[in-house]
Amino acid sequence: MSATDGTGPLLEVEGVSVRFGALLALSRVSLAVGHGEILAIIGPNGAGKTTLLNVISGFYHPYEGRIRFAGRDRTHLKPYDVAGLGIARTFQNVALFKGMTVLDNIMTGRIIKARGNLLLEALYWGPAMSQELRHRAFVERIIDFLEIEAIRKTPAGRLPYGLQKRVELGRALAAEPELLLLDEPMAGMNVEEKEDMCRFILDVNDEFDTTIVLVEHDMSVVMDISDRVVVLDYGRKITEGPPSEVRTDQTVIDAYLGVPHAS
Amino acid sequence: MDVLATVRDGLDTFPKLVRHDAQRFPRKVAIREKEYGIWQSYTWSDYLAQVRRIALGLASLGLARGNKTAIIGDNRPQLYWAVAATQALGGVPVPLYQDAIEKELAYIVDHAEARFAVVEDQEQVDKLLHIKEQCPHLEFIIYEDPRGLRAYTEPFLVSLERLQELGAEFARDNPTYFEDEVAKGTADDIAIICYTSGTTGTPKGAMLSHRNLILTAGNAIAAEGFRRDEEVLAYLPMAWVGDHFFSYAQSIVAGFSVNCPESAATVLPDLREIGPTCFFAPPRIWENLLTNVMIRIEDAAWPKRKLVQFFLDLAQDSERRRLGRQPVALWRRLLYPLGQLLVYGPLRDNLGMRRIRIAYTAGEAIGPEIFVFFRSLGINVKQLYGMTEASALISIHKDGDVRLDTVGTPLPGVEIRISQEGEVLYRSPGVFHGYYKNSEATQQVIREGWIHSGDAGFLDRDGHLKIIDRAKDVSRLADGTIFAPKYLENRLKFSPYVREAVCTGQARPYVAALINIDLAAVGNWAERRGIAYTSYTDLSQKPEVYDLIHEEVVRVNRSLQADDVLRGAQIRKFLILHKELDPDDEEITRTRKVRRGYIAQKYAALIDALYSDHGHVPIEAKVTYEDGRTGTVRADLRIREAAR
Repeated sequence: MSATDGTGPLLEVEGVSVRFGALLALSRVSLAVGHGEILAIIGPNGAGKTTLLNVISGFYHPYEGRIRFAGRDRTHLKPYDVAGLGIARTFQNVALFKGMTVLDNIMTGRIIKARGNLLLEALYWGPAMSQELRHRAFVERIIDFLEIEAIRKTPAGRLPYGLQKRVELGRALAAEPELLLLDEPMAGMNVEEKEDMCRFILDVNDEFDTTIVLVEHDMSVVMDISDRVVVLDYGRKITEGPPSEVRTDQTVIDAYLGVPHAS
Repeated sequence: MDVLATVRDGLDTFPKLVRHDAQRFPRKVAIREKEYGIWQSYTWSDYLAQVRRIALGLASLGLARGNKTAIIGDNRPQLYWAVAATQALGGVPVPLYQDAIEKELAYIVDHAEARFAVVEDQEQVDKLLHIKEQCPHLEFIIYEDPRGLRAYTEPFLVSLERLQELGAEFARDNPTYFEDEVAKGTADDIAIICYTSGTTGTPKGAMLSHRNLILTAGNAIAAEGFRRDEEVLAYLPMAWVGDHFFSYAQSIVAGFSVNCPESAATVLPDLREIGPTCFFAPPRIWENLLTNVMIRIEDAAWPKRKLVQFFLDLAQDSERRRLGRQPVALWRRLLYPLGQLLVYGPLRDNLGMRRIRIAYTAGEAIGPEIFVFFRSLGINVKQLYGMTEASALISIHKDGDVRLDTVGTPLPGVEIRISQEGEVLYRSPGVFHGYYKNSEATQQVIREGWIHSGDAGFLDRDGHLKIIDRAKDVSRLADGTIFAPKYLENRLKFSPYVREAVCTGQARPYVAALINIDLAAVGNWAERRGIAYTSYTDLSQKPEVYDLIHEEVVRVNRSLQADDVLRGAQIRKFLILHKELDPDDEEITRTRKVRRGYIAQKYAALIDALYSDHGHVPIEAKVTYEDGRTGTVRADLRIREAAR
C-alpha cells in the first residue's frame, strides 16, 4: 500500500513559511517524519502548531518552502487531493456532522476511496452495492477497533465530547491514511478519556502502521506516546528530539515559562 | 430425552456430546457472535472443529490431564470453545470474572494452580502479566484479540490464531490424538471449577463433574421442555455457574443456539435483535429493564403516559389476582386483549422479549412488584432457586404453577428438607464433588449426604419452597421483633430510584437503612426538575433527592403494615450513601450480593450515627479505582427520619 519504497522519510517539510498579511505564522520551518513514527508538535499558544498541520493537509499554502510527501512534491495541492494521497486529519474543535449517526459519519471518511456512479448508487445496484458493502465492512472494523459498537446508530451530536473525538478519529482512519494528523486529540478530556485516547493512538500506530503527527498541549501525553517532539515558538522551530531530551532543553523551558529580563 | 440413557451410552462428557451434536445436526447454528455489526454464526460442526483445533494447540503446549485452564473474558465463542477444548484433553477449565481486579485474579489463578490461561484481550493479558510472579503454576497465556499486543514479546504469550496453527502442526504427527483423549474422558471427571463469589471470606472453588452437569441439564430439559431450536443470549459472566449451565451445559445437551452480544454496552439492542426464546437474568437485570421502561414512560406525552399507565395497572392487578388464585373480573379480562394490542405487545417487542417462552430470575430474591410487572406483560418469568454447589438448579416454578412468594418445587431428582433450625437442605445428582483444596469447607457444607444451603426457608403446603433470607442474616431487633433485612431491601429496590439498599437492626432498637440511589433514574428525575448537580455524591445529598427517597421508604413501611410478623420491623431512619456500593471495594460481590459483615465494619460510623440523635455524619472513604489504585472521597451525609 505504501507509495514509496520506505527508505526516505514519509513527509518532508522544507523551509516552509506562512504569512497572514503582516503576520508571519510560520517562518522557515523544516521537519521530517519517518515511516511509522509518532511525532508530536508542541509549543505555547500561537506558536503556529495548527498552522503547520493546515499547511501539511493543504488547507493553507506556504508562501515559501516545499512539502514532499512519499517522495513527491505536493506543496500546492488542494485538501481534497491531499486526502487522496493518504493524509487524514482530525480537528481541534470537533467537526462532525451532528445530525448523522456515528456510522454515517465514519462512512463519509470512505468517500475518498469511493468510485462514484450516481445512477448505480441511487439504485443501490451492481458495483455500487458491492462497493457499499466493502466500505461498510471496513468501517465496522474501525468501530470494533475504537470500541464504539454501542453508539453505532447514535447521532454524533448527542454524544459526549470525548466520544465525539473518538468518532472523528474513526472518520480519519476510514480513509486508510498513511499519515494521520491529529490536532489536539486530548483537548477537553478527563483523565480516563485521555488514557483511552492514548491507547487508541498507540494502537492505530501499531495495528495499521500509520504514521502520526499530533499537536498536543498535555505534556504527559506527549512524553508518553511520541517518538520525537518538535517544539515551535513564534512560528519558528526552536528544537526537536526525543521526549526525554526536549523535556530538559533550556530553550523549551524558556519558551513556555518566559525568559526573565536581564536584571 | 432420556439423559440417564445418554450417559450410559457413553455420551458422558461435554466433548463427547459436542461431537454427538456435530453428527446429529452439523448445519444447525450452535453459537453466534455479533462482530463487525453482523451476527457471525458457527454451526455445531464448526464448533467441534474449533474445539478440536484449540485442544490440539493446547496439547502441543503440553496440557496434560488434570491441568487447569483459567478462562477470562466477556462471553465469546472462542472462550466457550476453550472450555470444551480443555475438557477434551481431560483438563479442568476455571472461568473467572472478567472485571475482577488483580488481587482477586491472583488468588484464584494461584489457588487453582492454573497452568494455562485463555483470555479475551489486552486488558486481561496486562492483569495476568502483573500477577504472574504470584502464580508460579501459570505457564502460558493465550489471547483471542491481538489488538494492542503486537509489541509484547513475552515468549509465553500466544495468540489464539498461533495456537490453532500449533494445533494443526501437532495433528500432523498425532492424527488421532484429539479423538483418543476425548475417548478417555469419563462422567466423573471434573468438568469445571466455579469459584463462588462468597459473601464471606475468600472464594471457594466448587468442583462439578460432567455427570453433575449433564444429569442436571437433562432433568431441566425434561421438566421445562427446552428444545433444540431455543435461542439464548450469553451475556452473564462466564464465571457464574448460571451462565455456564445455560450457555454451555444446556446448549450442548439440548443442542440449542447461544448468542454472544457485541459488547457489554450493547446487550439491550442485541437482545432485541436476537429475540431469545429463553432468557435468564438475575433480579438486577429485571430491575434495570423495568427502570428503563419507567423512565421512558415518564418522558412520554401526557395522553400516551395515561394510556400506558392504565393498561399496565390493569394487567398488574389481574396478574396479582391470578398469582393469588383469585378470580379476575370479567371486564378486566375483556380489556386485556386491547391492552395486548396497544401496550403489552409493543412493549414486549421493544424489550426484545416477544418470542420468550421461558424466562427465569435467580441469584437473589426478586421484588414481587418487578416479578408481577413482567408477568403481567405476558412474559413467562419464573423463579428459580439454585446454587453453584448443586450444578445451578434446585427448584423451579413449573409452568402454570407460578407463585409470587416461592421459588417453586424441586427439580426432578432433587430432594429438599428443612433442618430443625429452618435451614434449607438438599441432595441431588447435581451435588458437587467438594471445594478444590478445601476439604474443611466441603465438610461444613456436605453433612450426612445433605448440602446445607445456608438459606433460611420452608416448604409450604403445596411443596413450594419459600426462601426468607440468608440463614445467618435473619435476626431480631433489641425487643425481639423478627427482622429480615433482605426482605426490606428488595422492597426498597423496587423503586426505580433505589439501586442498592442495606438494612441494619440486629440487636438495635429499630431498623435503619443505607441507600444507594440509581444514578440514571435519579439523574433523569433531577434533570427534568431543573436540579443541578455535579457528581454522584452531590446528587445523593440534595434535599430534594432525600424527599424523593423518603417517599419510597414510607411506601415500604406502609406495605409492611399488612404483614403480621414483619410489622414491627419498619424503617425508622435512613441515609443516602455518597458512593455506589462496588465489587471493587468489596462491598458487594461480583454477582451483586451485599456483603453485610464487611459493610457493617466499613460503615460502622454511619450505622452508629443512624442510632444517635445526629442529623448528619461526616465521612471519609477509601475508593478503589478500576486499575487498583485507591483514593479518598469526603462527604457530609444527612440522616433522615422516616415518617410513619
